[in-house]
This record gives sequence, structure tokens and C-alpha cells, in this order.
Amino acid sequence: MNAIEKQLQQQPNRRMSYIMTMIILSLLFIWSVTAIHFDNVSASGAKIAKNIFVGLLNPDWSLVVNVTTEGIPYLLIETMAIAFLGTIVGALLAIPLAFLSASNIVPKPIAFIVRFLLIIIRTIPAIVYGLMFIRVTGPGPFAGVLTMSLTSIGMLSKLYVDVIEDLDKSILESMEAIGCTLMEKIRFGIWPQLTALFSSIVIYRFDMNLRDATVLGLVGAGGIGAPLIFAMNSYKWSEVGAILLGLVVLILLVEYVSNRVRTKLVKG
Amino acid sequence: MQWKLLSPKKIVLPNGKEVLEKRSIQPILWLIILVLLFFSIRITGFSLEVLVNRIQEFFVILQQMIPPNWDYLSKLWQPLFDTIKMSLFGSVAGAIVALPIAILAATNITKNKGIAMVSKFILSLLRTMPTLIVALIATFIFGLGTMAGTVAIFLFTIAYVGKLLYEQIENANMEAYEAMHSMGLTTIQAFRYAILPQILPNYLSTSLFCFEGNVRYASILGYVGAGGIGLLLNESLGWRSYENVGMILLMLVCTVFLIETTSEYFRKKLM
Repeated sequence: MNAIEKQLQQQPNRRMSYIMTMIILSLLFIWSVTAIHFDNVSASGAKIAKNIFVGLLNPDWSLVVNVTTEGIPYLLIETMAIAFLGTIVGALLAIPLAFLSASNIVPKPIAFIVRFLLIIIRTIPAIVYGLMFIRVTGPGPFAGVLTMSLTSIGMLSKLYVDVIEDLDKSILESMEAIGCTLMEKIRFGIWPQLTALFSSIVIYRFDMNLRDATVLGLVGAGGIGAPLIFAMNSYKWSEVGAILLGLVVLILLVEYVSNRVRTKLVKG
Repeated sequence: MQWKLLSPKKIVLPNGKEVLEKRSIQPILWLIILVLLFFSIRITGFSLEVLVNRIQEFFVILQQMIPPNWDYLSKLWQPLFDTIKMSLFGSVAGAIVALPIAILAATNITKNKGIAMVSKFILSLLRTMPTLIVALIATFIFGLGTMAGTVAIFLFTIAYVGKLLYEQIENANMEAYEAMHSMGLTTIQAFRYAILPQILPNYLSTSLFCFEGNVRYASILGYVGAGGIGLLLNESLGWRSYENVGMILLMLVCTVFLIETTSEYFRKKLM
């Protein structure tokens, strides 16, 4: 027996656990296949699909060049404004919550309770928040901003916590040794460690918020979602095509810029 | 982050040497952010006054949700399982389909630049389409029900897993792959024995993470008629029976928490 065969035999035999995992996975998969059924597919499905694609490929250019509040440029700016303001408000509100749920800063029970609260905030769908905020502000982009802020808090604080838990504490100890006050410790010991990663996280969330902003239109909380869904429900596919075109271009652009900025922030 | 147009500050040291200190662009950044904030506030009509005066209205619905209507629970199981099935099938099928597309999109495996570009473009196009809109389009084609939701989740999973996967393939160690290639294995064989073992843990972990997120997404897809628990959510919200909404949300929170904890456990094991 040569060395290679020996090494091979020393490897633990994982075949049983692999087979078990595969069996469990396939059982779950087979169970989920029942979600697939074609009985609801109407005979005209193919025709509708063709109409949709023809419409999507022939966007309504008059909407793209329209500069009034009905036109796509304004709607995109409004959507961006909602996402921007929502991200900023959410980013600020998430900071105290993140510190409260970091287990190296507050006692474990408090951290656990705040974490559970954050899971609840993250799980409730944006639509429900939208409806609740419309009672506060009336329909319009303001409700959208508040919804975006609340939905951002959940993910932002979860990502913040990871950064906070990786803080280098030895710097704080040496600052303490040379007699820095608490404010000085925060300003020169903690703040510089957090800013780059926090801004990177916030920019990433802005990216996501821009995508999610279409959901808000469903409940009348402003942005480009409402005209998009109206156009879809009235089968105006060329309008849908124009709006989607604007949205896709904007999102790709923002994604490109935010990726560049984030690599710079993280790599210095 | 340093712009050339800002001239560095000169500091003369006591021994006569001159040192250049790079100027920070932070003040300019803050100025830009403030200007953007100002315009965003103007466009969206943000007003603190309204918020402070009427914030109690926010809790009106919340109060009506508590206590939740426990009798509603028996009607929830079927749609809840539908939601899980939709996200499970969509995630598994999507993750499987994402693998070949990711191979096509990775420039170190696919030598043809054109194919790689097109695959990357398709992936980013799929990713920019909001899931809800894809689901709405799917309901027009596949009719109302879980099928439309599954298609939407399937497409989203391809885009998400595919993007992360091709990045991992491009960062994989190519030495073993090249050695196998030179021994005469085909591209597929070399990929199977040299690259796949490197990316497999990450691939599975990404797919699990995507599944977690999909359960959450699937819960609102019903709002546009794409099946699952969102259908009941839409109905209860429409009828303003908020104690039913409370029950649905409670169930969702529990399910998501359970799935998240399980998948987090497995993801930690994979890493």
C-alpha cells in the first residue's frame, strides 16, 4: 500500500451522513413539488406572454422624455429620494439598537431581547408597515420614507453588530492608560474603526432600498411602484416596458457606483 | 479617497523639514450629503411636525393586532406550507440552475469572452427586476396561485446565487484545474474534481441564506395573487380584521425564526 492510498484511507468515511442529507433533502424537495401545477395556466397564457415581451421590448418613449411629475425621470428621482432619506433615517436609528444588541457591550439578556425585537422588525412585511404609516402621514412619499427607514433598521443593525463585535478593544485600554476622557475615547478610539465599514453597509442598504421601493407603490406610499402596477393591471405593456427600462438602468448605475465606492471604503 | 484638486497642507517641522498633510475630503462629502438630504426632504414632503403629532396613529393598528385571533390559526397552516413549499422549490431549482450559468459567466473557466459577458449581463438583469414585479408578470402567464410565486423565487435565486457563485469560481485556486486540464481531462471533469470541492461549502451556504430570504419574500408575493400566506394577509388587511393580521404575522415571525436558526446552524457547520 503506497502513501497515497494510506492517506485516502485515513479520511473519515462520511458516506452515511452524505446519504442521509441527500435523502432528507430529496424528501423535502418532493414535498415541495406539489407547489407546481399547471392547471391554472390559461390557454391564452402563451399569447399573453408574447404580448408582454413585445410590449417590454417596445417601451413607450414619450414617458421616458416626459419631464412633468407623471414622467419617468421625476418618478425615478422621487424613488431615489425616498430610498435615500429612508436609508439615512434608518442608518441613524439602527446605531443605538446595534450597540444595545452587541453582546460585548451590554449584558447578554438585554442583547438577546433587542435581537429578538430586531427579528420581529425584519420579518413584518413592508406592506404592513406601509399601511400603518399611511394612517400617520396620509398616502404619499412621506409614508414611503418612514416605511423604508423601519425596514432598513432590521438589516442594518444586524450588520452593524458584526462590526461592533469585532472592535479592537486594546486601543481603548491604551487610551484609558494615557488618560483620555470617555468622549475622546469614542471620538478617536471607536469612531475611526466604525466609519468605513458602517458607510459601506449603509451604501449597500441604499442599493437594496432602491430595489424594494417598488413594493411601496402597492399601498400608495409613493415612488415608481404605483404607476408600474397600474400599468400592469391595465395591460399597458409598453408603459411597463418604459418604466422597467428606467428602473433597471437606474439600479445598474447605482449598483456600479456603490460597488466602486464600497471597495474603496473597505480597502482604503 | 483623495482628490487631486485639493492641495495638501504644508507643515514645517521644528528642524526645518516640510511635511505634506493630505487634506480630508470629509467636509465636501458632508456638504453633498446635506444638499441631497435637503432635496430629498423637499421631494418627499418629510415633516417632523406631522410625525411627532400623529405618531400615535401608528400604534392604532398595532393595538388592534394584539391579542391575535387564535381561532384563525387552523386556516393558516395550508397557506403557510404553500409559502414554504414555494420558497423551497424555487430555491433548490434556482440554485441548481445557477451552477451552469455561473460556470458560463466565470471568465477563468469560459474562455469565450462573449459568452461570459452575456451570462453576466443576464444575471444582473434578473437581479435588478424586483421580485414582486416578476411575480405579477408570472401571474398573468401562469395564472393565480403558487406556480407564479415559485417562478418569481426561482428567477431571483438564479440571479442571487449565480452572481455570488461566479465570483467565487473566479477567485478559486486554478492550479489543480490547470494540472488536470493538461492531463487530458475535459473542462467539465476538471471543474468537477478541482473547482467544485473548493466552492461547494460556499455554494451550499449561499443557497441556504438565499432560502432564508426567500421565505420572507414569499410571504408578500401573495399580495399580487402569487399564492401563499400573502393572499390571506392581503385579504385580512383589506377587511381590516387586524387581529387576523396579528395572527398571520405571529406565525410568520415564528416560522422565519425557526428556519433562520436552523439554517444558521448548518451554515456555521459548513464554514
